[in-house]
Amino acid sequence: MEMVQAKELVYEYEKRDDEGNVIGMNRAVDGVDIDVKPGQFVAILGHNGSGKSTLAKHINAILVPTGGTMWVNGVDTKNPDELMHVRQSAGMVFQNPDNQIIGTVVEEDVGFGPENLGVPTDEIWTRVEESLKAVGMLEYRTHSPNKLSGGQKQRVAIAGVIAMEPKCIVLDEPTAMLDPNGRKEVISTVQELRKKKQVTVILITHYMEEVIDADQVYVMDGGHIVMHGTPREIFSQVKELKKYRLDVPQVTMLAEELRNRGLDIPRGILRREELVRYVTELKEKEEKSHVN
Amino acid sequence: MIRDITIGQYYPAKSSIHRLDPRVKIVCTLLFLISLFVQNSILGYAIATVFLAVVIKVSKVPLKFIVRGLKAIVILLMFTVVMNLFLTKGGEEIFGFWIFHISEQGLRTSVFMAVRLIYLIMGSSLMTFTTTPNSLTDGIESLLHPLNRFHVPVHEVAMMMSIALRFIPILLEETDKIMKAQIARGADLESGNIIQKTKAMVPILVPLFVSAFRRANDLAMAMEARCYCGGEGRTKMKPLIYKNRDYMAYTVTVVYLVLIIGIGRFVPFKLWIF
Repeated sequence: MEMVQAKELVYEYEKRDDEGNVIGMNRAVDGVDIDVKPGQFVAILGHNGSGKSTLAKHINAILVPTGGTMWVNGVDTKNPDELMHVRQSAGMVFQNPDNQIIGTVVEEDVGFGPENLGVPTDEIWTRVEESLKAVGMLEYRTHSPNKLSGGQKQRVAIAGVIAMEPKCIVLDEPTAMLDPNGRKEVISTVQELRKKKQVTVILITHYMEEVIDADQVYVMDGGHIVMHGTPREIFSQVKELKKYRLDVPQVTMLAEELRNRGLDIPRGILRREELVRYVTELKEKEEKSHVN
Repeated sequence: MIRDITIGQYYPAKSSIHRLDPRVKIVCTLLFLISLFVQNSILGYAIATVFLAVVIKVSKVPLKFIVRGLKAIVILLMFTVVMNLFLTKGGEEIFGFWIFHISEQGLRTSVFMAVRLIYLIMGSSLMTFTTTPNSLTDGIESLLHPLNRFHVPVHEVAMMMSIALRFIPILLEETDKIMKAQIARGADLESGNIIQKTKAMVPILVPLFVSAFRRANDLAMAMEARCYCGGEGRTKMKPLIYKNRDYMAYTVTVVYLVLIIGIGRFVPFKLWIF
């Protein structure tokens, strides 16, 4: 069974003029199909306004499709009786770290989700402790969230989601408001969690560096899925990515330029080590041919 | 100016008062406030002073801290004292000049009134000094729970209070940022009379409100995403349970209240009037 599945998903909203009169319909998401298998790491890329955040909100049933269907853990999100079930199986982390922390103390915020689910008090405490340990924030449990850095706040937000024991975590641009250090911190936390808890991760982002480990990548533009494949397949098509106003990782770009200049390097290089290996191989080959 | 107001602040310390159940602290503070108004004698005030002093001592909150909270009511205090001093008639006249007359009764009332107000502020600020805002909200929620039957949304109001508390520092920081941004654009916030200064606040308040609404929207979404749907079916991470020390605190306060009322009733008149 698919963890998250969308079929011809459409989300429309009314476009209004300054006086609030409806002047037409906007399609934020238009005929999207996605398939996410349990345990996968899936990335959704797209520039601002491509509909990727709207799509993410469907997975958590914050938005309900106006056309097509979205299944989460086998449940149709349109069914209002299953709303809580959907939200519990797919937790969501948002962009702004300040606006998603509810508690005035770290541990109380992590306990907020389980409290809502009606989990018994003793179990809330074990869950809170485990979740904070999983994101490496246990020593900050009695701190005020206001005194934490952006990366730490996002880790608390992630812990708050894990405490609800979801099968799938949707991260909606969790690093967009963080500095490079915070970004690294959050992404490595997510990777760690994937290893430890085997949760499905859906990462929505426009930072290419964050998606090189993904199992599949979807690229969105204008509400459509325009590209789909493994990171290597996607990043081989530098020109097409540029068309959708997306930047490829610096290494991939460099490799592509070298290739264009006639060096024998394959497409879709994702890591620096990879490029170094290919270049040194080339150099050795050249030296050998000189000797001969 | 905002920093001068210590009422509503929390003073972190490890005392037995800090550990008390917030419900106990709220109820006992109310009882203490009532005790100040049901009696009017020197002996009564002496008992109240001893009670307050002991509680302050036990709470480990420095007296300096509590006194600082009184700054906020200095003007109110002066006004009350002056009004009572000159306008209360009765008893022998102690001092008289032109239209100003101070009677014995007036002196007594004004002194008692001042002491009453000071103790009132000290008592209630001691409660907030020893209780975190969150447990205070929990306490209020639990105490007002019976009102649920009359369709008062107690849980929702308590939730709003605790969220407001969480966002105060964030919004203060934001105000600071907006002020700097407007000053950088040439806004003049410092000079002019009070009307001009108030007008200068508009370009700060408007963006602040816009951003507060945006935050509220985000927060509501984040809460929904974490399965929040009101107070029904919710469990508590930190449920309020009375312990022995809480019953003891209740007993002590009730004994104090009985004592102070009893003095008014049974101790000979001469002793307690002056």
